[in-house]
Amino acid sequence: MEKVFVPLAVVTAAMFAYAPFAIAQAPYESTMLLIQKIFYFHVPSWMAMYAAIAVCGVASVVHLFKNRPAADRLAVSAAELAVLFGAMGLVTGPLWGRKAWGVWWQWDARLTMALLLELVFISYLLVRTYGGPGSDKLAATVGLFGLAVSPFVYVSVNFWRTVHPLNTVVPTLRTGMLGPFWLCAAAFLLLFALLLMLRTRLATEQAMLDDLYLADEE
Amino acid sequence: MMFLRTALLVLRKDFAIEIKSYEILSTTLFFAVGCVLVFAFALVKEGQAPPDSAAAILWISLLFSGTLALGRTFERERYGETIRALLLAPAPRPALYVGKLLGILCLLGLTEVLLVPLIALLFSAPMLLERLALLVPLLAFGTVGFAAVGTLFAAMLMRARTRDVMLPILLYPITIPVIIAGVRGTSALLASPPDEPTTIMWLAILLCFDVVFVTLSLWTFEPLMTE
Repeated sequence: MEKVFVPLAVVTAAMFAYAPFAIAQAPYESTMLLIQKIFYFHVPSWMAMYAAIAVCGVASVVHLFKNRPAADRLAVSAAELAVLFGAMGLVTGPLWGRKAWGVWWQWDARLTMALLLELVFISYLLVRTYGGPGSDKLAATVGLFGLAVSPFVYVSVNFWRTVHPLNTVVPTLRTGMLGPFWLCAAAFLLLFALLLMLRTRLATEQAMLDDLYLADEE
Repeated sequence: MMFLRTALLVLRKDFAIEIKSYEILSTTLFFAVGCVLVFAFALVKEGQAPPDSAAAILWISLLFSGTLALGRTFERERYGETIRALLLAPAPRPALYVGKLLGILCLLGLTEVLLVPLIALLFSAPMLLERLALLVPLLAFGTVGFAAVGTLFAAMLMRARTRDVMLPILLYPITIPVIIAGVRGTSALLASPPDEPTTIMWLAILLCFDVVFVTLSLWTFEPLMTE
């Protein structure tokens, strides 16, 4: 972990530094022109959030059934990142919606479900912080339910009538757009992995410190 | 067989306690009526309720009184320390969960029996007669979805110090999709003429939520209640 961290961080930083140029060079979308470019950051932030939800849900299941504190630390780190990337998606979405739809927010299936998913993980963090002893198991269940609800968000655009662009828009992008899009997606996923490593290490060291305090008191 | 018998025994135990005082039933019903009245005062202007409000009020009242009932049901187990005895019993844990869930479902079912005519009356919503055929499954599926998660969370929050505030905080984000599906399905049903295909689509979505939530709850109840 430690060995790959620095090279990965350098690569990610380089990708984020190059991303604005790649996005600037990408061709304009025919109807939305410049506004469409927020898509290069909006979609990858949701991709990173789904990755975080998947990690959190799986780690929660492991903690719930196998009682592994390491899995719990991974889950709580991933939940924090899910809230972070979800917040990015929720900020960039309305910025686009204001220009494309004329309103900041619509109570549409996709938007509502995405907001709820964000709330699920905020409630995860709340129960972790204020739930008292035993809240790790409680939170693990919330993480698992969050993972279970997330496919409904993903498919909601395809089944329910919605004004949000469909998931199928990605493969139909023009050639010049695909390169920058996947560059940004990879950059966001790498950023997620790096932050997850850092945050998990912090949690591990906190746990070690707590153990040391306990040993000192005895 | 053993599983079903245990679940029914837990249900019978809860009934036997409840029937002595009717505490949870009467408070929940009164709270539900209070909820409807608050919404009626807030929304009805010059004798006219806003369109679609009846469906929303039905489900919101159900959500609020359900949260209250869930908290009360497990508070009773915690107060008497009876939950420990229940968990010590040589019975499959998921059966205890199912028993508790059935109790909550009965309670919410009774609440709905009161709420539906009341809202039909106060909001002149066409809920009765032939539309009941679809309204009953909508309410049933919605209640199962909500109560499945609610029973699990209320059970696991029993030991938490901040359980009163944590229950709605955890429960609402996860069950709001169920409530949305219920409200949408009900308002499609209450439209004139009733939009039955839309109602059936929401009914199918509710069924998906029910399957997912009940499966996950049965699966996680055991490891959650082991301590």
